[in-house]
Amino acid sequence: MSAITHEHEHDHDHDHKPTGIKRWLFTTNHKDIGTMYLVFALVMFFIGGSMAMVIRLELFQPGMQFVEPQFFNQMTTVHGLIMVFGAVMPAFTGLANWMIPMMIGAPDMALPRMNNWSFWILPFAFLILLLSLFMPGGGPDFGWTFYAPLSTTYSNDSTALFVFSVHIMGISSIMGAINVIVTIWNMRAPRMTWMKMPLFVWTWFITAFLLIMVMPVLAGAVTMVLTDKYFGTSFFDAAGGGDPVLFQHIFWFFGHPEVYIMILPAFGIVSAIIPTFARKPLFGYASMVYATASIAVLSFLVWAHHMFTTGMPVFATLFFMYCTMLIAVPTGVKVFNWVATMWRGAMTFEVPMMFALAFIVLFTIGGFSGLMLAITPADFQYHDTYFVVAHFHYVLVSGAVFSIIAAAYYWLPKWTGYMYDERLGQLHFWCSLISVNLLFFPMHFVGLAGMPRRIPDYALQFADFNAFISVGGFLFGLSQLIFVWVIVKCARGGEKATAQVWEGAEGLEWQVPSPAPYHTFDTPPEVK
Amino acid sequence: MSKTYEKYYVPAQSPWPIVGAVALFCIAFGAGHYVIDMSKQQSGFGGWLLLLGLAILVFMLVGWFRNVIDESMSGLYSSQMDRSFRQGMSWFIVSEVMFFMAFFGALFYGRVIAMEWLGGASNNAMTFAILWPDFQPVWPLVKTPGGIETQAMPAWGLPAINTAILLISSVTLHFAHTGLEQNKRGQLKGMLFVTLLLGVIFLCLQGYEYVHAYRDLGLRLDSGFYGNTFYLLTGFHGLHVTLGALILFFVFLRVLKGHFTPEKHFAFQAGAWYWHFVDVVWVCLFFFVYVL
Repeated sequence: MSAITHEHEHDHDHDHKPTGIKRWLFTTNHKDIGTMYLVFALVMFFIGGSMAMVIRLELFQPGMQFVEPQFFNQMTTVHGLIMVFGAVMPAFTGLANWMIPMMIGAPDMALPRMNNWSFWILPFAFLILLLSLFMPGGGPDFGWTFYAPLSTTYSNDSTALFVFSVHIMGISSIMGAINVIVTIWNMRAPRMTWMKMPLFVWTWFITAFLLIMVMPVLAGAVTMVLTDKYFGTSFFDAAGGGDPVLFQHIFWFFGHPEVYIMILPAFGIVSAIIPTFARKPLFGYASMVYATASIAVLSFLVWAHHMFTTGMPVFATLFFMYCTMLIAVPTGVKVFNWVATMWRGAMTFEVPMMFALAFIVLFTIGGFSGLMLAITPADFQYHDTYFVVAHFHYVLVSGAVFSIIAAAYYWLPKWTGYMYDERLGQLHFWCSLISVNLLFFPMHFVGLAGMPRRIPDYALQFADFNAFISVGGFLFGLSQLIFVWVIVKCARGGEKATAQVWEGAEGLEWQVPSPAPYHTFDTPPEVK
Repeated sequence: MSKTYEKYYVPAQSPWPIVGAVALFCIAFGAGHYVIDMSKQQSGFGGWLLLLGLAILVFMLVGWFRNVIDESMSGLYSSQMDRSFRQGMSWFIVSEVMFFMAFFGALFYGRVIAMEWLGGASNNAMTFAILWPDFQPVWPLVKTPGGIETQAMPAWGLPAINTAILLISSVTLHFAHTGLEQNKRGQLKGMLFVTLLLGVIFLCLQGYEYVHAYRDLGLRLDSGFYGNTFYLLTGFHGLHVTLGALILFFVFLRVLKGHFTPEKHFAFQAGAWYWHFVDVVWVCLFFFVYVL
C-alpha cells in the first residue's frame, strides 16, 4: 500500500459519533442508515404480521366470525404491500448499507446524503399507506397486485393515497439501488477485483440493476391506475380501446423481477454463511455469479406465467412456460453448490447456519412448487388457490425472511460487539421452523383441493386444515417475539465478540473490530 | 503498488435529506387528497399541502445544491467522487428510460394487440361479435369501442417543427460542451443560451398544440386509448423537458459566475446528458405517437 493524501482540513476523529436524535435524522453514515433500515423493516414486519394474524383469525373456522369481508380484503392487500415493500426490501437494503462498504473496503456508500434521503422517505410512504386505512370507505382492498379494474372502476376513494405512497416507495428503492451500484462499481478497495467480491456484494449488485429496471415500470403502472380512476383515461378499459390484461402485463413486468429482487440477496447471504460454518470456501464461486446473472436476465422473460388463465395465445403461453422452467437450471446450480460446499466440511450448527440450512431445504420446496405452477395446464387448476399462497410464502418467508434472520444472527456480533444468546437463538430457530411448516405446508393441500385465495370464508371440508394453518400462523408470529428479545438482549450486552466472530469467517468485514467502528476504511485496506 | 489515493469525501451530517423526506410526504399526501377531493368536487387541504410540499422541496434543493456546489468549489471532490456522480446520473437516466418504456409498452400493446383483439383477431371473434360489433380496429383510434370520437394529431405540422427544434437544441448543447472543454467561454455561454431558448420555444409550441388539440380537434385526455397515450407520453416528456431546462438554466447561471473548468464540470455534463436523453425520447415519441 502506499501514501495516503489527506486533502482537506477537517480530518474527523475516528469514532466521533453525533449524539441524540440529530444523529439519526441528519446522518450520512452507512452504518446508522443500515441500522435504521433494519429497525424499520422489523417494525413493519410486525405490523404486516399482525394483519396476517387478523387474516388467520378470520380463517380459523369457516363462516364469517370477526371481520367484514371488505376489511378482510384490506388486510390481505396491506399485509402484502407492507411485507414486500416495507419489510423484506428495506431489510435487504439495510444489510446492503451495513455490509457492502465493509465487504469491499469502502469508507462509506458512494452518495451518503442521498442514502439518508432514500431511507427517510420510506417511513413517510408507509405512514400514508397506513393512514389511508382510516379514510372513509377504507384503504386499498384490491390485493397487493392491484389488478384493474379492481383498483380503478371498483376501488374506494383512498386509491390516490395508495398510488402516491407506492411512488415514494419506488423513488426510495431506485435511489437505494443507484447508491449500491455506484458504491460497488466505484468504491472497491484496490485489488478488490470483480471476481474477488463476496457473493453478497455480487447478488446485491445484480439486484440493484433489477430495481433500476423495474421500479420505474411500477411507477408507470400506478400512474395509469391513477389516471384511469380519476382522470378519465381508459388504459385498462376495453370500452375506451384499452385492456384490463394490459395492466397485468405491465404489473408483472415489474412483479416478476421484483420476486428475484427479494431472493437474490438471500442467495448472497446463504453463500456467505454456509462456507463459514462448513469451514470450506464456497464451492463454484464463478458459477454462482453466472447463475445469479442468468436468473436476473431470465426474470425479464417470464412475467406472463402469472397470467396463464387470461386467454393469451398458445404460443405466448408456451414461451413463458419454457422460460420459467429454464430458471430452475441456474437455481439448481446454486442449491447444488451450497450442498457441495458442505460436503465433507467441518460443520457446526450455530443459529445462522441453522437458518441457512432451513433456507436451502424450504426454499427448494418453494422452488419445486414454482415449477409445478409454471406448467400451464396444471396452472389452470392451481391458479388463484391456496397452492399459490403456499408457494410464494415458502420462498418469501422460509426463503427471504429466514435468510434475513440468518443474516441478523450472523452479523449481530459485528454490529453490537456482543454475542447473541445462542440458547435463545436456537429456541427461536426451532419454534420458527416447526411453526412455519405447520403454517404453510397444509396450504398446498387445501390449494390443490380448490380453496380459493383472498376469500374470507371457505367450504366446510377445508375446516380442519385451516385450523392447523391458523395455529401455525399464531405460533410463528409469537416465535418472532423471541427474535426481538434476542436482538434487544444482544444490543444491551453479553459475551464480548472478537473481530473475526466466527472461526471460519473470511472477508474484510471480519478484519475490523467488533463492534465495527463508526468509520471503517477511511484509507483502503489491503486486499490479498 | 505505488498509487496515491485521494481521500473520498464523506460529507458530515446534513439536514437536507430529512427536509426532502418531509417535502415528499407533503407532496404525496397533499396530491392524494387533492385528487380525491377533486373527483368528489369538494374542496380540502390537499392542494395547499401539495403547494407547501413543493415549496419545501424547492427550499431543500436550493440548500442541498448550495452545499454541494460549495464543497465542489472548495476542492473537496476527488476524481473518484466525480465518477460516483457521473455513474449515479447515468443510472438515474436509465431508470427514467424505463419509466417511459412503461408508457411506450402500453402504446404498443394497445395498438398492436388490444385493438386488434377488440376487432376480433386471434381467438376473440366472439368478443368482437357480442361486445362491439361496429368497432373498426384502425389506428389512430379515433373512435373507441364505446363510441367516443376524436381526431388524430397530424405529424407533419407543429410536431415536425418541434422535432427539428429539439434536435437542433441537442446540437447547440453539444457545441456548448466542446466550448467548455476547449475553454472557449464565449461559445459556451452563447450556445447554452441558444439551447435554453430552443427548449422554451419547444415548450411554448407544445402548450399551443395542447390548446389546439383540446379546442379544435376534440382530442382530450379522456378520449380513449389514443388520447391517453398521446397526453401521457407527450405530457411526461414535457415535464422532463421542463426539468431539463431548469437544470440547464441553473448551469447557465453557474457558467455566468465563472464555474466549471475544462476538466471538471459534472453539473454541466449531467444537465447535458439529461437533455440528450429527453431529445432521444422525443424522437421515439415523434415516430411512434405522431408518424406511425
